Amino acid sequence: MRKFMTAAAAAALTLAFAGAAEAAAKVKACWVYVGPVGDFGYSYQHDQGRLYAAKQLGDKVDATTYLENVPESDSERAFEQLARSGCNIIFGTSFGFMDPMVKVAKKFPNVKFEHATGYKRAPNLATYAARFYEGRYVMGQIAGKMTKTNTIGYIVSFPIPEVISGINAFEQGLKTTNPNAKIKIVWVSTWMDPGKEADAAKALLAGGADILTQHTDSTAPLQEAEKAGKLGFGQSSDMIKFAPKAQLTANTDNWGPYYTQRLQAVIDGTWKSQDTWDGIGKGMVALAPFTNMPDDVKAMAEKTTADIASGKLQIFACPVLDQAGKDQCKSGAKTLEDGQILGMNWYVQGIDDKIPQ
Amino acid sequence: MTFDAQQVQDVLIIVVTAATPLLIAAVGELVVERSGVLNLGVEGMMIIGAATGFAAGYSTDSTLVGVAAGVISGAILAAIFAFLTLGLAANQVASGLALTILGRGVANLIGASFVGLKRTPAPHLHIPGLSDIPLIGKLIFGEDFFVYFGLLLTGAVAYWLMRTRSGLTLRAIGDNHASGHSLGVPVRRIRLLAVLFGGGCAGLAGSYLSLAYTPFWSPDMTAGRGWIALALVVFASWKPWRALAGALLFGGVTVLQLVFQTWGVPIPPQFLASLPYLTTIAVLVVLSIRDIRGAAAPASLGIPFIPDR
Repeated sequence: MRKFMTAAAAAALTLAFAGAAEAAAKVKACWVYVGPVGDFGYSYQHDQGRLYAAKQLGDKVDATTYLENVPESDSERAFEQLARSGCNIIFGTSFGFMDPMVKVAKKFPNVKFEHATGYKRAPNLATYAARFYEGRYVMGQIAGKMTKTNTIGYIVSFPIPEVISGINAFEQGLKTTNPNAKIKIVWVSTWMDPGKEADAAKALLAGGADILTQHTDSTAPLQEAEKAGKLGFGQSSDMIKFAPKAQLTANTDNWGPYYTQRLQAVIDGTWKSQDTWDGIGKGMVALAPFTNMPDDVKAMAEKTTADIASGKLQIFACPVLDQAGKDQCKSGAKTLEDGQILGMNWYVQGIDDKIPQ
Repeated sequence: MTFDAQQVQDVLIIVVTAATPLLIAAVGELVVERSGVLNLGVEGMMIIGAATGFAAGYSTDSTLVGVAAGVISGAILAAIFAFLTLGLAANQVASGLALTILGRGVANLIGASFVGLKRTPAPHLHIPGLSDIPLIGKLIFGEDFFVYFGLLLTGAVAYWLMRTRSGLTLRAIGDNHASGHSLGVPVRRIRLLAVLFGGGCAGLAGSYLSLAYTPFWSPDMTAGRGWIALALVVFASWKPWRALAGALLFGGVTVLQLVFQTWGVPIPPQFLASLPYLTTIAVLVVLSIRDIRGAAAPASLGIPFIPDR
């Protein structure tokens, strides 16, 4: 019996080592999504990024593991489970995963973690985000040119900095092409409820808006614009299929190149914890083809996009006045600092709304 | 902040479409609960109705086939519930919750290959002349057919439940299944039919979401409407016409909080978002004060029935 136990233990050890050796050869990357990959929006785009990286790196990575629909309150369990199951690097894609990830990263110092849209880092916890707001500036400029009623409907989820900076960037763009146009904001308090998003869209259209934009995840608002013969913008992914006559462009997230680069770093052993915040310039934010607009508007949008990419155009160039008319720039600064954009909790001048507290 | 009559009609149309899925699901559940069975799985049956409804509608390019598939899938899920709770006398609350989780999982599985596809929305009624009457034409004569069916269903259920012998029998076993049984009433068969009817209605309400309301499939698109329908049954104190009033109120409050924002009414959206729940509490308080005999809940609600006893 004793002999058997020893043999069994030895066998188990051998297996464990073999397993470890194999794992070292092939990097196992895992993802945790807050929504369903079928949302055709935010989580879908991350999953497209995963597939892109898997294709680029081929045999060198095992990128088949992902958990979808993980509630933020219950995410610690998910991260811990993945860390235990042999993932070498784990990507968490929602802001609300921040504290659970910090906790789990501390517990598993040999596993690498990457958190999207957060700001807490550790030696094995990196952060990454896209400058989504850059695309919204271009959208604002287009909206200013295209609106006839001078009313833009803006459907938003929750008053977090990413959403606020999006609204502000849109207004900054809108101002440059049409100072008379106004944004009408509706908070729906959800990322994903097609019915409610559609209701908000209908309410805005009934209230005189002729262009809709959204910071929620479903295609419903854009479809309502299409149905009413009005215009709108896609969100997260190119939604032209849902609104061939209405979509002007879409602010899309393009995570594939970033994931590929980070996994390559793990393979090469050069991975370091860092903060990445890229926009149109590095291709992390991309605008879908400009459609349903006259050529001169299209040319303007293309030029603006190029200027943002090259850094010639600064969206929050100083002075940046808030609703009270106070300049939010630090003295002597040329633009708002990244930290100010990442923590934005105030509106720029020209927006008639109060941020819900 | 200007009001014009055209805008009022637009808003009312949004309210009606928001109320319809709630109404259809609630009327179905109302019949189930009147028979003495508590099926908490409305959300699960609704989401599976949305998924299969869209899948069938898209594959066959027929809204009607989609609706039928939604109804049948809701009823199939309800049949599982009936097997557990009526056949095996299992705990109804636990079975209903399990049904919600099951329905959500299966629906996401069915829907997975239909993500990112769209259909043209279900047709709206159009009666030349009538539908074009300014201010009220579109509201009364221009809705999609689910809306009219929902109203018809409410009327039919109200009449059947309160004015017919079989309706009386159903209410009787809901209040006291033992005495129904001793009189030779087939308690379990009636309850089975009621549960299937409830499942069909929930499935129909779900297919409304994916075929008419927002004509595409997206995971979790019911977004808690099944739970609101459950609350609505209590709110309506198990009376069909009150369910109609409740559905309009719930739908109305949800839509108004969005409309108020576009009008710039200075009320915090979080407060408006909580209004449906506050009104439920308020109405429950009013009802219990007025109705001294206590809640009008069927006396046997949620109690498993085993014929041998």
